[in-house]
Amino acid sequence: MRLFSFKRFAAMVGKEFVQMRRDRLTFGMMVGIPLMQLVLFGYAINSDPRHLPTAVLSADNSAYSRSIVTGMQTSTFFDITHYPKTRAEARQLIDEGRIQFTVTIPENFGRDLLRGDKPILLLEADAADPQATGGASKSFPEIVRRALQKDLTGPNAKLNQSEPPVDIRIHNDYNPEAITQYNIVPGLMGVILTMTLVMITSLAITKESERGTMEHLLSTPIRPLEVMLGKIVPYIFVGYIQITLITLAAKFLFDVPMHGSIALVFAFSVVFIAANLSVGVTISTIVRNQLQAVQMSMFFFLPSLMLSGFMFPFLGMPKWAQGIGSVLPLTHYLRLIRGIMLKGNGFAESIHHLWPILLFWCIVVVIGLKRYRKTLD
Amino acid sequence: MSSETVINVQGLTKSFDGKTVVNGLNMEIKKGEIYGFLGPNGSGKTTSIRMLCGLLKPDAGSGSCLGYDVINESELIKPHVGYMTQKFSLYEDLTIRENLDFTARVFGLENPTKIVTDCIERMALGPFEKQLAGNLSGGWKQRLSLGACTLHSPKLLLLDEPTAGVDPGARRDFWDQVHTLASQGITALISTHYMDEAERCHRLAYIAYGNLLASGTVEEMIHDSELVTWNVAINNGENALHTLSEQLKPLPAIDQVVAFGNTLHVSGRDPVLLEKAIAPFQRPPFEWTLIETSLEEVFIDLMQQSKDGLK
Ligand SMILES: Nc1ncnc2c1ncn2[C@@H]1O[C@H](COP(=O)(O)OP(=O)(O)O)[C@@H](O)[C@H]1O
Ligand SMILES: [Mg+2]
Repeated sequence: MRLFSFKRFAAMVGKEFVQMRRDRLTFGMMVGIPLMQLVLFGYAINSDPRHLPTAVLSADNSAYSRSIVTGMQTSTFFDITHYPKTRAEARQLIDEGRIQFTVTIPENFGRDLLRGDKPILLLEADAADPQATGGASKSFPEIVRRALQKDLTGPNAKLNQSEPPVDIRIHNDYNPEAITQYNIVPGLMGVILTMTLVMITSLAITKESERGTMEHLLSTPIRPLEVMLGKIVPYIFVGYIQITLITLAAKFLFDVPMHGSIALVFAFSVVFIAANLSVGVTISTIVRNQLQAVQMSMFFFLPSLMLSGFMFPFLGMPKWAQGIGSVLPLTHYLRLIRGIMLKGNGFAESIHHLWPILLFWCIVVVIGLKRYRKTLD
Repeated sequence: MSSETVINVQGLTKSFDGKTVVNGLNMEIKKGEIYGFLGPNGSGKTTSIRMLCGLLKPDAGSGSCLGYDVINESELIKPHVGYMTQKFSLYEDLTIRENLDFTARVFGLENPTKIVTDCIERMALGPFEKQLAGNLSGGWKQRLSLGACTLHSPKLLLLDEPTAGVDPGARRDFWDQVHTLASQGITALISTHYMDEAERCHRLAYIAYGNLLASGTVEEMIHDSELVTWNVAINNGENALHTLSEQLKPLPAIDQVVAFGNTLHVSGRDPVLLEKAIAPFQRPPFEWTLIETSLEEVFIDLMQQSKDGLK
């Protein structure tokens, strides 16, 4: 008895396609929900994140530059996590999404400050998610002013009176105008896929049990893996229809710039789509009826929505929430997709976001296979 | 000899939530036999059949089906068994042809399209082949189900109440099909409630409340029941018969009184006691004649016994 027969699997896929085509309402919803959510969610959700990881690239070792760094730290907006040696290193940190800001303190900063030469203090923000960086960027000048106030005493106090003694420059990288929708729309792609795909397949096996067709299916030689994959494959196409719709909307409705390769988005998305579909199928091997299936899908969807970095900036969340979030495929997909669309990341910068999703997928499939009931008990 | 035995199981037992539904079922079915499986609703017929084809795991018992072990080798049994479920279990949102096609492919048949076309012809499903299965009437659904479970030329058919709610003509067609298949060496286990169908089986088993009460050929079962039956006819008015039946029922020597149109069938186990009990009523307008006990009386008797046993 072979464990997997392509013939039987193909029969299952064919059957699912026909049933999907007949079920117009569900199919319509799969296409309609993304559009509706896009319009509803397309508008900003606000928050005031703190403790954002920041790198300091300092070429100056004066008391003044140290005060500024301390001031940033005590403001609670910034957490100084990295001290890169070179610009390239800092650049890489930001590209990989490890930090949200880089502060660059030029050579002879302290000396120039005292001379009244107004040295340049550069704050670069990864504004791909402007919600995350907006608050901190805005308060940066004030933080610097207060930090220097303590040090510039006596004759130097006059330097810090009317206008600041340093030339503070803030650069918003990737999303210079800090438009929230730029960040929201690609994120929505992941959210919508998670919601609709998990829900639709969670009904898949439950429906067979409830309608009594499971008894027929179980009396045939079809194997669990063939049933599970057969239920997944047709919906991968649905997932791709959704991605296409959302990317079109992103471009034409929200004018989101597309810096990376759309082909890369499509290629990497297959793993994410399959992972979500497998979650659905696995749910349907656990629950007893369709209502439970929907409830359990929501149970998976809500943490995905809250803890993936879609709703709240990931690095601004408490550690335990980040821990849960790191398990969820949406978290990694958001980084992947925002990276490609907003930062123009290529294959090399994106691939490391794919492994956690792949791992998640494998685990879910194994659980599903273990749970799949080969009898009616 | 043993190679001719298709099903041979001993002590199959299944409980749901602590309630024993099938209790130590023994069953032996020979190749080419049509084996009738009878018993009141809820007596465990469906559960027994599901255990035979591996859809339920027995709690206890052992045996073989088509030479494979029923407990551990159900995956090897499945390709050779055609199981027709009691409740329609094909896809209502697929057409007749799509349903058959899917089933043929899942069984991994070579040339499924041709096999399905043949099946549609054999079952006379042609006019409906593009109709959704959900829109078919009961009789056509049964026919489709039978077609689907015979597609892969199984060696054993397990048919669970295949003719429930089907009109007599369709039932006859159905049985003709089953007999044709049996003549080709296919074995069939069929559960039913109809007496005329029971009489068309080679051998029967009667199960009630999980216990196998009797088995054998029709003649054996009638003989083993040891029932003696009298027929009572009347020339004027039914009311007298009804009154008579009310008078007879409480008598201890009489096991059952059943009205058959304008006659009554009165059965009892002990011929001498029975004759004594009915003696006072053997007067005009009643005409008493000793007749052969029928299968129906045997089954009703078995059912009553098992009920009494439960009390
Ligand atoms: N999956 C199940 N869970 C719990 N009880 C069941 C299940 N299947 C059957 N039963 C019970 O087992 C008994 C026998 O059922 P069944 O085998 O369907 O009888 P039959 O086919 O002879 O009418 C019934 O009382 C039924 O309620
Ligand atoms: Mg039944």
